[in-house]
Amino acid sequence: MITTRQLAFQYANGPRIEFDDMDAPQGSVLVLSGASGSGKSTWLALAAGLLPASNGEITVAGQLTGDLHKASSDAWRAKTIGFLPQKLHLSSALSVHGNLELAQWAAGQPTDDKSIHAALAVLGVQDLARRMPPQLSGGQAQRVALARAVLLAPKVILADEPTASLDDESAAAALGLLLATAEQLQATLVIATHDARVKTHLDTGFKPYLSIKFACSPTNTGASGYKINSVSVA
Amino acid sequence: MKTIALSWRYLWSRPLASALNLLLLTLGLAAITFLILASHQLNNGFERDLAGIDVVVGAKGSPMQLILSGVFHIDAPTGNIPLAAVKELQSNPQVARLIPVSLGDNFRGFRIVGTTQDYVRHYGAALASGTLWAAPMQAVVGAQVAKQTGLKAGDTFAGAHGLGSGGESHGQAPYNVVGVLAASGSVLDRLILTSTESVWKVHESDTALDAQDQKILEEEREVTLALIQYTTPLAAVTFPRFVNAATEMQAAAPALEISRLLSMLGVGIDVLKALSGVLLATAGVSVFIALLSAVRERRADLALLRMLGAPPRKIAGLLLCEALWLAAIACLLGLLLGQGLMALMAWALQAEKSISVGAVAWPPELVRVPLLAVAVAWLASLFPAWEAYRVSVFELLQSR
Repeated sequence: MITTRQLAFQYANGPRIEFDDMDAPQGSVLVLSGASGSGKSTWLALAAGLLPASNGEITVAGQLTGDLHKASSDAWRAKTIGFLPQKLHLSSALSVHGNLELAQWAAGQPTDDKSIHAALAVLGVQDLARRMPPQLSGGQAQRVALARAVLLAPKVILADEPTASLDDESAAAALGLLLATAEQLQATLVIATHDARVKTHLDTGFKPYLSIKFACSPTNTGASGYKINSVSVA
Repeated sequence: MKTIALSWRYLWSRPLASALNLLLLTLGLAAITFLILASHQLNNGFERDLAGIDVVVGAKGSPMQLILSGVFHIDAPTGNIPLAAVKELQSNPQVARLIPVSLGDNFRGFRIVGTTQDYVRHYGAALASGTLWAAPMQAVVGAQVAKQTGLKAGDTFAGAHGLGSGGESHGQAPYNVVGVLAASGSVLDRLILTSTESVWKVHESDTALDAQDQKILEEEREVTLALIQYTTPLAAVTFPRFVNAATEMQAAAPALEISRLLSMLGVGIDVLKALSGVLLATAGVSVFIALLSAVRERRADLALLRMLGAPPRKIAGLLLCEALWLAAIACLLGLLLGQGLMALMAWALQAEKSISVGAVAWPPELVRVPLLAVAVAWLASLFPAWEAYRVSVFELLQSR
């Protein structure tokens, strides 16, 4: 579950971004769409507790992220947020198995081979456990990165541009995988994208989703910058 | 996965850079290990051979030469001194014990030393086989001599004139080996010991023309030098002055000469120390550059680790751990290499029949090697670790 109330973020010497209130129930899908630089990353950072809100509040999985202190925010993020970065960032120094171990290491948990195997198996890549990332195809790498994101059973999955640089078929497969995985975990799925195919895919799959459309619109004259508008449920 | 294991994997994900840094660190640490060992062994060797010898009396000349030739047997003696004068010294109340040493002959490069049995007792050497000499022309060989020449009790050999091998042979007066000394690590290991009389006998029987001539030679008998122990430490003030002023001989205090020698060597050692310091500093800079570029290369990976919930100190610890791995391996290799170099030097010194170096030693000063290794690694990783500490997760979201 993600809720925002009067949420706003003010960049130092930069624009101010205001977000409309919204409620995304647990297990729902939320699409952040808009051009690069329109505030999607800021929203993701606020949701992950990486940036403090300048105004208002954002509650993620029952936690007011503004209440988190630096150290506890790391621990909270480890168990609450699953993150699928655009560039995947699988460490080439480690095998697939090692990359998943890395997530447990980062969370301060002991290595649990069983859950690593299970996470890989769910995404159908358990046979690649001993491979090094450069030996993976694009699709395989994305599955491994997704397995890493969901290894610790997060309540929220943040996917950053999951379809960028993929052809139509792969993009559809990637989205299908994301949706299925999130549904299985009952996790709230947030997809930040500027790719119109994402919404098309959701529409054709009759999958209900929430959407925040990020658009730059000057709210005032002067430095106050952008206001983000329109939260809609499709 | 433990931080230690993870940093190990990261370290070897850049094998070339890591191997180069390892090499540099190892060389620096090996040089330092070798220096520590060499000065430890040298000091030990000097101390062992010097033990209990307060002053050496010999012919006038360089006092250091007198000590080197008389105590350590690595230089030519300054000359001979009359036996009568030595006997006079023996009756001096300040002299507790006097060991005469007569040099001049060798067997295959090993010195034949005419002395008294006190010399053996002085170094506390034990017999490995046979007995000590009881009559002239009986000889006892040191452990290293026995090993390299194969001499054993019951053998005979002829000494050659001079202190190095290849002199004129004294074929008419062969020695009988009656005993072999056990290895003691002291100078005795590389000496052939016999009675003072033997040395006279060899040379007199070689040169005497008839009985009358023999008698004259006997009156002019000499020894090379005398090793003296004082009755009282106070003698150190007056005795050398007395010898140097009132006799034709000179007295040299080994402790003084050795500290002079070591201070001369000290300059060389200091230069080597500075060199190995430079080597180590270079290694440190190289590790620093490698770690820093690793942090910059892996910035996004590190940011991801932060995103996955790793606190900043854990990321910094990863870097530190990587440097410590290098230090630990380099320390181990450096110690081994340093010991290897020392063994090589010990072997070379032994081959030259020079000062004996003891067995492999781990003097406590070697603690400095791991301490230095850790210090260098720590210093080199400080800034890169801080860079890693500051990696912001937010960069990950903006890397478009």
